[in-house]
Amino acid sequence: MHWEFVIAGYVIVFGLLAAYAFFLVSRGRRLSKQVPTDRRRFLD
Amino acid sequence: MNDTTSSRATRVLGIAALVSLAFSLSFGLIFSPPEVFQADSVRLMYIHLPSVAVAYSCFAVTLLGSIIYLRNGSTFWDLLAGAAGEIGVLFTAFLLISGSLWGKPTWGVYWQWDPRLTSTAVMFIMYIGYLVVRRLELPPDVRSRRAAVLGIVSFVNVIIVHYSVQWWRGLHQGQTIGIDTQLDGLMLFSLFLGLVSFLVVGSWLLVHRFRIAWLEHQLSAQGMERAIAERRAEGGFGLSGSGA
Amino acid sequence: MLHDALLMAGKDLRIERGSRVVLGQILPFGALVLILFGLAISPDLTVLGTDRRSVLAQVSPGLFWMAVLFSALQALNRSFAVEAADGNLDGLKMAGLDPAGIFLGKAGTVTAQLLVLEILLGAGAFLIYGAPLDSVILLVVTVLFATTSITSAGTLYAALGSGLRVRDTLVPLLVLPVLAPVLLAATLATDAAVFGPAGDGWSWALLLAVFALLYVGIGMLAFGPIMEET
Repeated sequence: MHWEFVIAGYVIVFGLLAAYAFFLVSRGRRLSKQVPTDRRRFLD
Repeated sequence: MNDTTSSRATRVLGIAALVSLAFSLSFGLIFSPPEVFQADSVRLMYIHLPSVAVAYSCFAVTLLGSIIYLRNGSTFWDLLAGAAGEIGVLFTAFLLISGSLWGKPTWGVYWQWDPRLTSTAVMFIMYIGYLVVRRLELPPDVRSRRAAVLGIVSFVNVIIVHYSVQWWRGLHQGQTIGIDTQLDGLMLFSLFLGLVSFLVVGSWLLVHRFRIAWLEHQLSAQGMERAIAERRAEGGFGLSGSGA
Repeated sequence: MLHDALLMAGKDLRIERGSRVVLGQILPFGALVLILFGLAISPDLTVLGTDRRSVLAQVSPGLFWMAVLFSALQALNRSFAVEAADGNLDGLKMAGLDPAGIFLGKAGTVTAQLLVLEILLGAGAFLIYGAPLDSVILLVVTVLFATTSITSAGTLYAALGSGLRVRDTLVPLLVLPVLAPVLLAATLATDAAVFGPAGDGWSWALLLAVFALLYVGIGMLAFGPIMEET
C-alpha cells in the first residue's frame, strides 16, 4: 500500500543527493586545478 | 596530490557511504515488512528520521563553528560553519519532502499544521537566509562575522520557533498528530541503517563542501595578493622580493 | 551606553521630523494593507456559531499584526537607509559610540514610531473590521512587548543587511522567519484581548515579554561584532 508515495520520496531524495554529490565533486575538480599545490592545505 | 577534492579519507568514506546506502535501501525497501498502521509508507521514515538527524547535526556544527570563529577568527571554523549550513539546508529539504509525502497517505493531506512540520519549514527558510548572507558581496571578514552572528542567532531561533509552535498547537487541538507505531526488530534495524548511512553520506558531503570552500578562499586570497603586487608594480616602488 | 542610545534616538527622530517618511508614507501603507485584507477576505463571510461574527472581524487580530509587520519592515529599512548613505555607521563607531547604545537608540526610535503607527492602525482596524474589545490592559501589554520584540529583532537583522545593495530584499527574508513566533503570540494574545476571555491571552503576553527581553539582549550583544570594521 502507498508505494507511489514511498517511491516518489526515495526517487526525489536520492536523486537530489546524487545531483548534489556530482555537483560538489565536479566543482571541486574545477577549483583545485586553479589553486597551486602548496595552497591546497586540508585536501588530504 | 591530485586535481580533485578527494583524498584517501574521502574515498574510504565514500565507499562506506555507498555500501551503507545499498544496505539501507535494500532493508528499507525490500527486507523490512510493512508496518501495521502505516503500511508501506513507514518506509519513508527510514529516510525522514535520518534526514532530521543529519540536518540538526549540521546546524549544530554551524553553531559551533560560528561561536569559535567569533572568538578567534579561525578561517577553518568559519568555512566549516558555512559548509555545514549548506548540507543542513539540503537535508532539511529532504525531511520536508519525505515528511509531506508521508503525510499524504497518513493524514490525507500533504501539509498539516503540525508543530514539527511548521517549525521545520520556518527553520528551512531561516537557514536559506544564512546561506544568502554567506554569499553577500562584502569584504570577507565582514561577511564572515555577519554570517557567524546569524549562525548563532538562528540556532536560538530554531529552539524558540519549535517550542512556541508546539505550544500553539498543543493549546488548540491536543498534541502532535501522532500515529500509533509498532516497529519490530527488522524495522528498527532499517531505521538504524538509514541513520548510519545518512550520517556517513552527510560527512562525505561535508568534507567535500568544506574543501571547496577552502579552495575558493585560497583563490580569493590569491587574487588579492596578485592585485596588491600589480598595484606595487604600477607604483614602481622597485621592491625586491623582501616586501610581501 | 544609555547616553549614546539617546543621542542616536534624538538624531533619528530629528530626521523623521524633517522628512516625515514614517508618518507620511509608512502609516498610509499600513492602512492600505488593512484595506486590501478586507478586499481579499470578503467582509460578507460570517463565522458560524453563536455570535455570527464576520470572518474579517474574527481574523482581525492576525491581519492587524500582519499589517504591523509589513510596516515594521518598511520602518526598519528606513532606519538603516538613513545610515547607509555615506557609511554613517562607520562614523558613529569612529565617534566612539557604544554598539549596544547604537542598537538601543535605533531600536528605540523604531519602537516609538511603530507604537504611534499601531495606535492609529489599531483604531482603524477596530473601526473598519468591526471588532469588539474585551481587555484594554492585555491589549496594551501585548502591543508593548510585541512591538519591542519586532523592533529589536528587526534592528539586529537590518544591521546584518546594512550597507548592501540587496538590503531591501534580504532583510525581510531574514527577519520574517524569526518574527513568526512573535506574530503567533501577538495574534493569540490580541485575540484574547479583543474577543475574551482575557485570561487565555496572558500566557502569550508573558511569552512576548520573554521574546522582547531575549531579543533586546541578543541585539545588544551582537551589535558589537556586526559593527566591527563594517
